[in-house]
Amino acid sequence: MATKTVSEFKKKNIYFKISEVLVTMASKPSGFIGLSILVFHILLAFLSPYLAPYDFKAIDPSLMLQAPSSEYWFGTDSLGRDVFTRTIMGGRIALTITFFGSLIALLWGGLLGIFCGLVGGKIDDVVMRIVDAFLSIPWILAMLLIVSLLGTSTEVLIPALGFFYGKGIVRVARAATHDVIAKDFIVSARARGHGNLSIIWNEIIPNVRDAILVEGAMRWSWMLLGFSSLSFLGFGVSPPTPDWGLMISNARGLMSFAYWAVIAPIVGLSSLIIGINLTADAFAKALGIDRSTKAPV
Amino acid sequence: MEKIIQKVKNLSVGFKSQKGKEISILKNITTNIKKGETVGIVGESGSGKSTLALAMMGYVKQGLFTMGGECIFNSSNLLAMGNRELEKVRGRKIAMIPQNAGQSLTPNLKIGYQIDEALKLHTNLNKNERDKKISELLNKVRLPSPETIALRYPHELSGGQQQRVAVGMALAGNPDLLLLDEPTTGLDVTTQAHVLELLNFIAKDTGTSMVYVSHDLGAIAQVSDRIIVMYSGEIVLEGPARDILKQPIHPYTYGLLKSIPKLSLAGLPDSMPGSQPQPGAKTKGCSFYDRCNLAEDKCKKNSPNLEYVSELKTSVRCFNYKKLIEQKSEKQSNIKRNEKNIKINEILNLTDVSISYAKQKLLDQIFNKITDSNPTVKDINIDINKGETIALVGESGSGKSTILKSIAGLLRTKEGNIKFDQDRILSNDLKKRSSGDLRAIQLIFQNPDESLNPNHTVEEILAQPLKLYFGLSGEELKNNIIGLLEKVRLGKFYLARYPRQLSGGEKQRVAVARAFAAKPDVILCDEVTSALDVSVQAAVLNLLQQLKEDFGTTYIFVSHDLAVVRAISDRVAVLYQGRLCEIGPSKNVYKFPSHPYTEVLLGAVLEPDPDIKPKLVAEDIVEDKPPEKGCCFQGRCPRFLGDKCKNETPPWQIGDNGNAIRCHINIKDLEKKQNGN
Repeated sequence: MATKTVSEFKKKNIYFKISEVLVTMASKPSGFIGLSILVFHILLAFLSPYLAPYDFKAIDPSLMLQAPSSEYWFGTDSLGRDVFTRTIMGGRIALTITFFGSLIALLWGGLLGIFCGLVGGKIDDVVMRIVDAFLSIPWILAMLLIVSLLGTSTEVLIPALGFFYGKGIVRVARAATHDVIAKDFIVSARARGHGNLSIIWNEIIPNVRDAILVEGAMRWSWMLLGFSSLSFLGFGVSPPTPDWGLMISNARGLMSFAYWAVIAPIVGLSSLIIGINLTADAFAKALGIDRSTKAPV
Repeated sequence: MEKIIQKVKNLSVGFKSQKGKEISILKNITTNIKKGETVGIVGESGSGKSTLALAMMGYVKQGLFTMGGECIFNSSNLLAMGNRELEKVRGRKIAMIPQNAGQSLTPNLKIGYQIDEALKLHTNLNKNERDKKISELLNKVRLPSPETIALRYPHELSGGQQQRVAVGMALAGNPDLLLLDEPTTGLDVTTQAHVLELLNFIAKDTGTSMVYVSHDLGAIAQVSDRIIVMYSGEIVLEGPARDILKQPIHPYTYGLLKSIPKLSLAGLPDSMPGSQPQPGAKTKGCSFYDRCNLAEDKCKKNSPNLEYVSELKTSVRCFNYKKLIEQKSEKQSNIKRNEKNIKINEILNLTDVSISYAKQKLLDQIFNKITDSNPTVKDINIDINKGETIALVGESGSGKSTILKSIAGLLRTKEGNIKFDQDRILSNDLKKRSSGDLRAIQLIFQNPDESLNPNHTVEEILAQPLKLYFGLSGEELKNNIIGLLEKVRLGKFYLARYPRQLSGGEKQRVAVARAFAAKPDVILCDEVTSALDVSVQAAVLNLLQQLKEDFGTTYIFVSHDLAVVRAISDRVAVLYQGRLCEIGPSKNVYKFPSHPYTEVLLGAVLEPDPDIKPKLVAEDIVEDKPPEKGCCFQGRCPRFLGDKCKNETPPWQIGDNGNAIRCHINIKDLEKKQNGN
C-alpha cells in the first residue's frame, strides 16, 4: 500500500465528484442513451421558443387537421395549430413544475424520513401512520380536490405534487437511515454527546444521500406522468399553453383519422420518461460502483 | 508410503484487474493431502487460505479464475471438471464445513429434513435407513437426544449445536476429505474447545482427511498433524505441526507465534511491523521482505524458493532460515508492562448496577414499579482505580458489553448508580450528562469498519471530538489532528484518506486516535482487537499500553479472549450471565482460577502449543437466561453442590491473594480441588 502517493488521497471536490459520476454513467450504453435523451429534452425546453417555426397559439380554421407535410412536419391539430411547434414546446411547463416538485418532495420526504429513522419511538410511529394514511388515499382524487379549490397555478401545482410524491420518499429515507443508525459510528457520535441535528448532518446524510437522490430521480419520472395525467384531465395547465397531456386529451377524439396530433405528444412524453428512468438507473449504478471497494491496482 | 488423496500441483488462482492486468491470489501452490491426516492451513486475512481450500473442492469464487496448475483428486483434475461431474464429488467425496453454520443452514427447514436431503443426494439408502442414519449422525456429533434435535429448526439451536449439525451433514456422504473453513471462529471459547475435540475424535474415528483453515494458531495446534503457513498467496512454511509450532523456521511464522498473547506469560506480546502486501503490489523479491528483520539485499531482488529441510521435515521459503534455527532456544521475552503502583484513587464506582432489556409495562411505568426481577445484568459492584486497566471477561451473553454501554450512558441502568471521580453520580440519561462528563468517558468499538463513518476522511473523523469539546478550528485544529495521528503512529498523509483506503489495523488506530482526541479519563474498549489479525492485534495492544502510560488513562477492557486480557489488564472481572463471579488482580486470577466458571473458561483456552490440551470441565450448554435464584453458574458448574447452589445466592469470599469469588464452596477447598486435578 505504501506505493500510493499523497496526492492520490487528496479530498476530491464536489465538481470533480459530479463529473466522475457523470462519466461513469455515460460509460454504459443504457446510461449514455438515458443521459442523451434527458439532455436533449432539457435543451429543447430552453431553446424551443427560438426554434419553433410557428406561433404555438395561432389558430387558423383553414388549416384544420392537416396531415404531416414538408410545411407542417407533424401536421396540424383541430384548431389548425402546428403540432410540431406545440410538441417541442409541450415539455417546458411539465419539466419545470415536476423538477421543482421533485426537489420539494426530496427535501421534505428525505428530511422527515431521516428524522423519523433517527428518533424512532412514538414520534416515528405517529408520523409513519399519518404517512400510511395519506398513501391509502388515491393521490389523483386528492390532487383534483386541491386544484379545484386553489386553482391550477404553478404555485399550487409544485407544492401539491411535491407533497404527494414525497410520501414515498419518507419511507425510503427512513429505511436507509435504519441501515445506518445501527452502525457504531452513530453510537460513537451519540456517546460523544452530539445533538440530533449534528448527527443527521454529519453522520447520516452523507450515508443516505445517494439512496435518496436515486429515489428522487425515479420520483421525477413518476411525477411527470402524474402531472401529464392531471393536464389530460384538464386540471393541469390551461389552454392555449402547449402541454403534452393537454394535447393528447384534445386530440384523442379525432385519433382515428388525425393520429399525428396524438402520437407526437405521446412520443415526447414517453421519451422523456424513458430518458429519466434510464438516467436514474445509471445514476444508482454509478453511485454503487463508486462506493464498493475497487480492486487494487 | 501413505496414500495421497488430494494433490495440488502448481496451482495459481487470480483475477483480472480493471486495467486488464492479471493478478494472482494464489501463487504456484503445490501440496499433498494424505489419507487420514489433518492439515492446518494458517495465515492472516487475505493470505489466500480460503481460496486454496475452495480450490481443493474444484470451486473458484466468482471473479477469480485458475491461472494454472491442477487439483487432482482420485486421479482427475477437479478444476477441469464440469458441474455435473463435480456434483458427484462434492458432498460425497469432499465435503465442506463453512464458518458460520447458522447462516449455512436453511432457516425454515427442520434439521432432520436438511440432513435427509444430504443423505438422499449422496447415498442410496431408503427412507427407514435414512431416518436411522440421521439419528446416528446426530449422535456421532454428540448432540443430546438426536430425535428431538432432528425436529427442530436451526434457530432453536445454539451456535455450537448448529456447527455440530453442519459437521453431521458433511459426514452424511461419508467423504474422504473434509474441508473446514474457520469452523470455530465466532464460537465461545468453551464451545470452540468442544467442537475441536469432536473434530479430533471424528478424524480418528472415521479416518477422514481434514483440511482445517483458520487464522487461529491455537485452534490449528489442537487439530493438525501438519501445518501449512500461507503468506500473500504463497506457502512459506510447511511441515509437521509440532515442529512448526515449537521451532518455526520462517521469520513470518516466528513473528506470528510471538505476537500471540499466551496465558502463561504476563506482559504484551511482540508485534510485527507492517502489513501483508496487497495482491499484485509486489512483483520482485520475497513477499515478506518489508516486515522481516532478517532481510538482506538478496531478499529484495530474488524471491526464495520453497526449500526442504530434511532434518526438520519442513519446507521453508526463506534464504536465512538457518539463522532462526541457530537462535532456536531463545526464550520468549514478552514486553514488560509498566506495572507501577497504582494510586488508590478511584475514578469510577459501580454500585449495585442492574440493567434490564425488558420493556416496562405502562402501569408499572406510571407507578414506577420495577417488574423485572431477573434483569440481564444484576448487582455489579466494581470500583475502578485511576490509571488501571480492568478487564471484563465472559462468553457472549455475559453482559460485559451491556455494562460498558451503561457506563457510556447509552443504556439506562435500572438500579444502582455509577459514580465518577468519587463524587459525581453520572446521569442515567445521556442528554443530561455534562459535556465534561461526556468528554471524560470515550468508547472504542470492536469493528472499525462500523465505527468510522465511511463517507468521512480521517481528518473529518478526528476533527469531530476536537470541534465538539474544545471548539478548535483552522490551523490549530489541523495541527492537533496531525499530532493525534502521530501519536497512533500514522503520518499526516493519512489526513485525506477514507476508511476504505486503510487496512484493518490502520482503521483501528484512527478509532483509537478519535477516542484520545477528547483527552478522556476513562476509555471503554469493546473487543477492540477481536476483528484484527494476530500480528496487528499485538501492535494495537502495544499502542494502547503506550498511550496509557503517556496519558495515565484508565481502560475498561471488554474481551472474550482470555489471553489478550492477560496481556493487557491489571485486574480482571469474570462475568457469567450478567453476574460477577470473580474479580481480582489478573496475575492471581490466572494463577489460581478459583471460581468454577473461571476454571472452565481458562481450561478451554487454546494455546498455539500441541502439548497444552484444553481441559474440558463443563458441558457447553448455552443458557438463554440467568436462573431466577441461587448461583448464576449452577446450570453448568462442574462442582455443583445441589440445593444450596440452586436456592441461595452465594456469598463473596476473598482469597489470600486478593481475588474475590462468589461461590458456596470455601475458597481454600476450591483451590485444593483445582490443584488436585
